[in-house]
Amino acid sequence: MINKLLTVAFAAGIGLSATAAIAQTTTSATLDAVKAKGYVQCGVTGGVPGFSAPDANNNWTGLEVDYCRSLAAAIFNDPAKVRYTPLTSQERFTALSAGEIDVLSRTTTWTMSRDTQLGIKFVGTMFYDGQGFMVRKEDNIASTLDLSGAALCIESGTTTELNAADYFAANKMEFNTVVLVDEEEVEKAYEDGRCDVYTTDSSALAAERSKFANPADHVILPEIISKEPLGPVVRQGDDGWFNVARWTYFALLEAEELGVTQANVDDMLASDNPAIKRLLGVEGDFGTPIGLTKDWAYQIIKHIGNYAESYERHVGPATAIGLARGLNALWRDGGIQYSPPIR
Amino acid sequence: MASMDTARQAPPRTFFLNDPVLRGVFYQIVVGLLVVLFLLWIINNTAINLQAQNKTSGFDFLWKTSGFDISFSLFHWDRTSYYWEAFLVGLTNTLLVAVIGIVLATLLGFTLGIARLSSNFIIARLATVYIELIRNIPLLLQLFFWYFAVLKAMPAVRNSLEFPFDIFINQRGMFLPRPLPDEQFVFVVVAFFLTIAVAIGLRIWARRRLDETGHRFPVLLVSLALLVAIPGLVWIVSGADVPFDPPVLQRFNFAGGVQLPPEFVALAFGLVIYTAAFIAETVRAGILAVSHGQTEAAQSLGLKESDRLRLVIVPQAMRVIVPPLTSQYLNLTKNSSLGAAIGYPELVNVFAGTSLNQTGRAIEIIAMTMAVYLTFSLLTSLIMNWYNARVALVER
Repeated sequence: MINKLLTVAFAAGIGLSATAAIAQTTTSATLDAVKAKGYVQCGVTGGVPGFSAPDANNNWTGLEVDYCRSLAAAIFNDPAKVRYTPLTSQERFTALSAGEIDVLSRTTTWTMSRDTQLGIKFVGTMFYDGQGFMVRKEDNIASTLDLSGAALCIESGTTTELNAADYFAANKMEFNTVVLVDEEEVEKAYEDGRCDVYTTDSSALAAERSKFANPADHVILPEIISKEPLGPVVRQGDDGWFNVARWTYFALLEAEELGVTQANVDDMLASDNPAIKRLLGVEGDFGTPIGLTKDWAYQIIKHIGNYAESYERHVGPATAIGLARGLNALWRDGGIQYSPPIR
Repeated sequence: MASMDTARQAPPRTFFLNDPVLRGVFYQIVVGLLVVLFLLWIINNTAINLQAQNKTSGFDFLWKTSGFDISFSLFHWDRTSYYWEAFLVGLTNTLLVAVIGIVLATLLGFTLGIARLSSNFIIARLATVYIELIRNIPLLLQLFFWYFAVLKAMPAVRNSLEFPFDIFINQRGMFLPRPLPDEQFVFVVVAFFLTIAVAIGLRIWARRRLDETGHRFPVLLVSLALLVAIPGLVWIVSGADVPFDPPVLQRFNFAGGVQLPPEFVALAFGLVIYTAAFIAETVRAGILAVSHGQTEAAQSLGLKESDRLRLVIVPQAMRVIVPPLTSQYLNLTKNSSLGAAIGYPELVNVFAGTSLNQTGRAIEIIAMTMAVYLTFSLLTSLIMNWYNARVALVER
C-alpha cells in the first residue's frame, strides 16, 4: 500500500518535473513520456481469444491488441513498439490510475460511474457488446428465463456481476453466484461443473467457447440482457493523450469508410478524394497539432489496416469466434460505428 | 555512600553541544520530526494525486446500494443491500472460516505433533511425510488443488452422493437438513448449559479433592455422561420437537436445508491441512523442549503413559508451544484472504475485490480491510498472551 503510494507519488513528481521542462513544445505528459521511453504500455486481458490473447508464437493478437498496435504505429511508425500488461478485471483501473499502463484496452464496459468517478476517460466504443449466457447443451435450456435456481460463474469486478443481479431480481428468479478473480478460473469452474451458467459479454462467451475441448457441447442463449460498449480507456486529466487515443480509433473507422485498406494505402496516396488526402496526410496536417506526424493515419493503416480488416482478422465470421459485424458495422451498413470527419 | 553520590552528581562541565544527554534528546526530536514530515508528505501527496485524477473519495459509498450478489452469507443479502453490509458479510465469512480453521487445525496439529514423536515407526514416519509434504508447498497452490481436484472428483447434481439423514454431496457443495427446533427446545439448550456449569464445578471439586486426599475422580467421563443424560432427559420430559427441513432437488440444484459451498469447504480444508503441519512442528518442539528427566521422573513415580503426557509433559510443553502457536493462528486468519482466489466470498473477495471495483474507492477500502486484519490479529495476540501468562512458569 505504502509502496504503491510512494510509487504513485514518485511517478507524479517525475511527471511534473518532466512536463515543466518541455511544456513549450508539446501538449501531453503521457505522450511525451511514451515517446521518451520508446513504447506504449498497454493493459490487456489475461487471454480472451479475438480480443487480446497470445498466439501460438506468444505474440499478443486480437482486436484490442490491434488498437494498441495502432497507437504505436501512429506514434513510432512501428506497431511492435508496445509492451503488454495482462490484467484481471479487478486490477485494471488501479493499474491505469497508478500509471503502470498508458492505455487500457481490455474489454472494458463504458458506464457513467466509471467515466465520472474513477478518474478515467473512455476513448470510444471499439466493440458494441451485450451480456449473454452460455449453458451446457445437455441441460436443455431454451431461454434465460428458465435459469431460476441456477449457479452462475462470474468474473469479479465486472459490470456482468451487477447486470446478472439486476436481471434475476427483475425477473424474480433465484440464483447463485460463484465469483472468481481470474477469467481462466471462471472458465475452469464452469467447465468442471461448478456452475450451470457462464455469463459475460457475449463476444467473450463466443471466444471462450472456442477454447473449450468440445465447443459444440455448449450453447449461448439468444437473450442479451445488457448494453456493453467496450472501449479503450485513458487517465483523465491529459487531454492531449486522450486526443491521440481517440483519433487513433477514429482513423481506423474513417479508413474503412473511405475504402482505404492495408493493401491499397500506398495507391490511395495518389487519390483525388480530398477526404482520403486529409486522412493520409497528403493534404493538410492533422497529426502535428496532436503531437504526431503528418502521416500518422497512413502509418496506422499501413501497419494494421482499417477497422474492418482488424475485425475480420480477429473476431469476424471467418475466425473460430465467428461474430457477425451486427452493431459493429459502419453506420452506412446498418451498424452504429461512426467516425466524425477528419478535417 | 554520600561521597560517592556527590562524585556522580558533579560531572565535569562541558560545552552544551558535547553533552551526550542533550544530543540524545536532540536526535530523537529530529528523527521524530522527520517521520511526521514524511507521513504528512505522503498524505498530502495522495490527496493531491487523487484530486489531479478527478477521483471521488470518501466513505459515503458505504451507504450506497451495492447491486451485486454474494453467494454465501450468514445473514440476509440481496442486490439492494448496502456496501457496509457487504463489508459485514465479508467480515463474518472471514471470521467463520478462521474460527473453524483454528479449532480444527489445533486438533489435527496436536495429534500430528504427538504422532511424529510416537514410538510406533509407521505412525511417526507417516506424520513426518505429511508435515514435510504440506509445509513445503505454497498454500495458494494447495487451495487450487483442493478446490479444483475436489470439484472434479464430485458427481454432478443429478448423481449426488446420498448419505443417510438427507445429506447430499455434489459439485455444488454439501447439503444438510436444517433443524427447525420448536419453542420447547429452549429447555434442552438451557439444560445443556447448566450441565456445562455443573461439569466445571465438578472439575474444581475433583481438583480440590485430589489436592487434599490424593484420590482421583474421572471428571471427563462423568461430565460427558452428564452432558448426554441431563439434556436428553429434559428433551424427553419437555416433549420438544425438532423437525428437519431437508434439501430438495430442484431443476438445477438442491434448495432448502443448510448449504456449504465447495469454496468454503476447500478453503477451510486447505487452511486446516496447511496450518496443522506447522502446529505439529510447534508441538513437537514444545514436547522435545521438556527435558527427558521429567519423563523419567514421571515414570519412576509410576504414572501411566497417558497421565505422564497429560499431567507432566504437556503442561510444561505449553509454555514453549503457545507463543509460536499464536503466530500460526494469526497466519491462518491472514491466509484466509487467499479464499478470494477460489471464489470464497470473504473480506478480500467481497470488499477489497468486488466493492472496490464497483466504487473505485481503492484507498478507503484497502485501509478498512487492513484495519480489519490488524484488529483480528491484535485480538488473537491479546487472547493468546493472556493464555500464555496463565501457563507461563511461575517463578518464586
